[in-house]
Amino acid sequence: MRLNLRVWRQKNGGSEGAMATYAVDGISPDMSFLEMLDTLNEDLILRGEDPVAFDHDCREGICGACSLVINGDAHGPERTTTCQLHMRSFRDGDTIDVEPWRASAFPVVKDLVVDRSAFDRVIQAGGYITATTGSAPEAHATPVPKADADSAFEHAECIGCGACVAACPNGSAMLFTSAKINHLNVLPQGSPERETRVLDMVAQMDAEGFGGCTLTGECATACPKGIPLPSIAAMNREWLRARRKVKG
Amino acid sequence: MSYLDYVTGEPVADDKAPAGPVAERWDTRRFQAKLVNPANRRKHRIIVVGTGLAGGSAGATLAEQGYQVVQFCFQDSPRRAHSIAAQGGINAAKNYRNDGDSIHRLFYDTVKGGDFRARESNVHRLAQISVEIIDQCVAQGVPFAREYGGLLDTRSFGGVQVSRTFYARGQTGQQLLLGAYQALSRQIAAGNVEMHARTEMLDLIVVDGRARGIVARDLITGEISTHYADAVVLASGGYGNVFYLSTNAMNSNATAVWRAHRRGAYFANPCFTQIHPTCIPRTGDHQSKLTLMSESLRNDGRIWVPKAQGDTRPAADIPEDERDYYLERIYPSFGNLVPRDIASRAAKNVCDEGRGVGPGGQGVYLDFADAIRRMGRKAVEEKYGNLFDMYERITAENPYEVPMRIYPAVHYTMGGLWVDYDLQTTIPGLFAIGEANFSDHGANRLGASALMQGLADGYFVLPATINDYLARHPHGEPVTDDHPAVQDVLAETEDRLHLLLSVDGDRTPDSFHRELGELMWEYCGMARTEEGLTKALRRIPEIREEFWRRIKVPGTGQEFNQSLEKANRIVDYLELAELMCLDALHRAESCGGHFREESQTPDGEAARRDEEFAYAAAWEFRGSGGRPPGVHGTPDGAAPVLHKEDLTFEYVHPTQRSYA
Amino acid sequence: MAVSGLIMLGYLVAHVAGNLKVFFGPEEFNAYGHWLRVMGAPVLHHHWALWIVRIVLLAVVVAHAVSAYQLSRRDLKARPTAYVHRRKRASYATRTMRWGGIILGLFIVWHLLDLTTGTLHPGGFEEGKPYQNVVDTFSTWYGNVVYIVAMLALGLHVRHGFWSAAQTLGVGNARRERLLKLLANTLALVLTAGFVSVPVAVMTGVVS
Repeated sequence: MRLNLRVWRQKNGGSEGAMATYAVDGISPDMSFLEMLDTLNEDLILRGEDPVAFDHDCREGICGACSLVINGDAHGPERTTTCQLHMRSFRDGDTIDVEPWRASAFPVVKDLVVDRSAFDRVIQAGGYITATTGSAPEAHATPVPKADADSAFEHAECIGCGACVAACPNGSAMLFTSAKINHLNVLPQGSPERETRVLDMVAQMDAEGFGGCTLTGECATACPKGIPLPSIAAMNREWLRARRKVKG
Repeated sequence: MSYLDYVTGEPVADDKAPAGPVAERWDTRRFQAKLVNPANRRKHRIIVVGTGLAGGSAGATLAEQGYQVVQFCFQDSPRRAHSIAAQGGINAAKNYRNDGDSIHRLFYDTVKGGDFRARESNVHRLAQISVEIIDQCVAQGVPFAREYGGLLDTRSFGGVQVSRTFYARGQTGQQLLLGAYQALSRQIAAGNVEMHARTEMLDLIVVDGRARGIVARDLITGEISTHYADAVVLASGGYGNVFYLSTNAMNSNATAVWRAHRRGAYFANPCFTQIHPTCIPRTGDHQSKLTLMSESLRNDGRIWVPKAQGDTRPAADIPEDERDYYLERIYPSFGNLVPRDIASRAAKNVCDEGRGVGPGGQGVYLDFADAIRRMGRKAVEEKYGNLFDMYERITAENPYEVPMRIYPAVHYTMGGLWVDYDLQTTIPGLFAIGEANFSDHGANRLGASALMQGLADGYFVLPATINDYLARHPHGEPVTDDHPAVQDVLAETEDRLHLLLSVDGDRTPDSFHRELGELMWEYCGMARTEEGLTKALRRIPEIREEFWRRIKVPGTGQEFNQSLEKANRIVDYLELAELMCLDALHRAESCGGHFREESQTPDGEAARRDEEFAYAAAWEFRGSGGRPPGVHGTPDGAAPVLHKEDLTFEYVHPTQRSYA
Repeated sequence: MAVSGLIMLGYLVAHVAGNLKVFFGPEEFNAYGHWLRVMGAPVLHHHWALWIVRIVLLAVVVAHAVSAYQLSRRDLKARPTAYVHRRKRASYATRTMRWGGIILGLFIVWHLLDLTTGTLHPGGFEEGKPYQNVVDTFSTWYGNVVYIVAMLALGLHVRHGFWSAAQTLGVGNARRERLLKLLANTLALVLTAGFVSVPVAVMTGVVS
């Protein structure tokens, strides 16, 4: 396959960026999207040019490092991570636009690499259960209804890639934040910190400069792990409940 | 000087494990270990490199105890460490199933599974702690699979006869890692952990014989910085990426352990690598990594190749009597369920005979047609649906219609830095935990044991043993950047990076990595021979020489430069590969994942030679050949020194494995 | 936004029900208009109830607009650099919330000047004769166009707004998802159809 790539190039966080055009040839439909970029980079290095920087690590769709907006879609046209997107999803001769996640809370580091440490700080604000090592009771001391365990798992699947923020027209991080809150708040182990968790995490999310939610649903459509949109309503419910309890 | 030679030095012994009954050793050691007064803990700084299961859990726990932790990861967030990709599960001797499991049985299975090349004291401790890990993780909110009654579900895994594996669908590693990450996040917020993400350790600082800090590079700005502490913990994972293609993450690397080795830490059993039989085959030269498929697939799938060489017909057109279900043929009693190493080797053999399938003939069929006939498509879908989907996404083939193609791939490294019972390396004050050390798996790791070991080391073992070291070495002289030892390390680091950037040759870092990987796969992969290993040992210095002559790294060191990161890691692979080959060459027996063709039973199985090789091989660095001139601290190599740690088996008596 | 939006929505449901009285002839419609003024009597003085409603509505409209402004500002700030490759996202109703809101705001001003104060009313506006006033307005082409466009915008706004408010207030969950969407669509459809039926009736001569 022969493709025409238009890639966002930006030297570093402080400089201006622009789209640059590259032609790549000899692309196999079996290549992953990132392997196609590897091919481009090998070529650029030999030509004495700066290769395109992009985040990637496990290439199995679980670490959440890869983060490209491809033709306007976070992670591209398939519902998966960029690393699991294959070139057979494109046609010979296509022009493909590749851009970084865009959000003021995710400043560009270089080219397609952004700084997602805002997510870490949202978790640090309360996305945990306080259980110091060694203090745990026997695992079977508290049974957890299967439905609750399954619901917790469904939300815990979030890989923290940030596609929700990238896809949201408002750059909102509600889906990410709600996934962690719903994971922990549904479990009996998470209930002692239920109120502070949601209040503190939402406050941190707001402080990081993420946009407000207008329920466009773009986040859930882009999420490679299928975190469902009602997750946001559930977080709102938790937040309203916590406000009532903390005030009352 | 090449690594074709080595010198045998003094034996090395673990002097920390107490004598006495194996079941009491951990208690005894914890009692003997000196403690650090809680008020004094906050005066101690501990560096932890890596934030996977071992590093994340260690950092969180040490911070909870009151130590000042300074933690590093090269990923953009501690949550992305490669432990996250572990699928299957985590073993624990809870015996919730009442199926005869016990701490002793887990201990026994692990020693035997490791083909009698692991230390009994360590393995027993691991089995004991396994029970506490599950309690800890549940308390943290890890959403393990549960039954309708609300209690934890378990399954059997990796060919053992009890159901002791706890799991969270196919994402157990992810869930356990997020648990550790969250505990770590809490400590970061509390100000007890100073977290440096996107910061890679490039060298170890040893002052007066003790580990006192590290040199690290900020991957965004390129700034080289020094960090000092009273102890350094390496939790930087394994070195499977020496092979270029492996199931490891792209950026997993060996730099931290290899730099520590160069500074004096012994490296044990580097040739013990695990090759996993059920991975998706490569599709071409562009392949950047390999993807593992859970080995649970072998419970119902049948593995076969055509009987005839070079048979290119589609699978459906090959009639039943022209198929060779070779595992069922060779191992009638275990069939498709033989252990990982055996299944991997058998696949290699049939492909070497020219009977492999798919592009390049590097694959065998894993066929579910019989299972679908027997159980119905729906039942197969329920059991394996997510794996089938993953396979189809990658290969664009529908495994319900055509058989899957699989091939073995490098997955895990049992070898690593040599550590004693306290997980301390031969450099005082330097500890290694998780996959970075060699301690618990011997020559072969059982399924669902890596997560167990990482968390055991991080949550429970290290936090107990590091106290002893810190209590005995209260506070050394503060180290500063102007210390000569630091100056040397800094100069060496900067020289190395500078040289990589200034060669300006005509080959990319990846091209060298791929070449090295192919060589290692060919000669130090699934089957090894004296001839092949010797060939590799002659070839590696040539590649290294060419590397320093022709490498091309664009850009500068003062910026985000992924090519430079990569090239710098390859420098270390090019040296570590040599030690792996030497270790494989010197160990003229077959055991676990290490198969020497010269040492096999008449029916082609691995033959251990306990009289000669019942030891862990701990290698001491004396310099490696082929470094370019003018680089600090890289004298002409002297032959590495082998220190043997004799292994004694008081409880689990060595037997030859048989699966026929 | 959710609370103010729902209050307005409640008002609109009452409003459309009242509007439909136009089909029962001038007497009944005018009587209804009169009742609105004496509503609450004799406990409340004439017009008091109406003024209370007006004040509450004004406060709610202002609150809704201010929150919308703040939210929009925050959202635009959160995405300072737009994507080069733009593509249509979400449903039409979702994408037009901001413009729809502005259209509705302008419409309300016109609507009040037309049928409450009579400032912009075509023909002779007569206090207390709402039936004739309505017929006058919808006898002009622009009256019909403005009204119908605004009501279509209202339908879209309510369609996303109702469902959205339910999520904000935490009412939504996976099981109720379909029910809420159905309710949102029904509300949007009933309001739009109800409101639009009046100008259509005038145009076709059913109401004259």
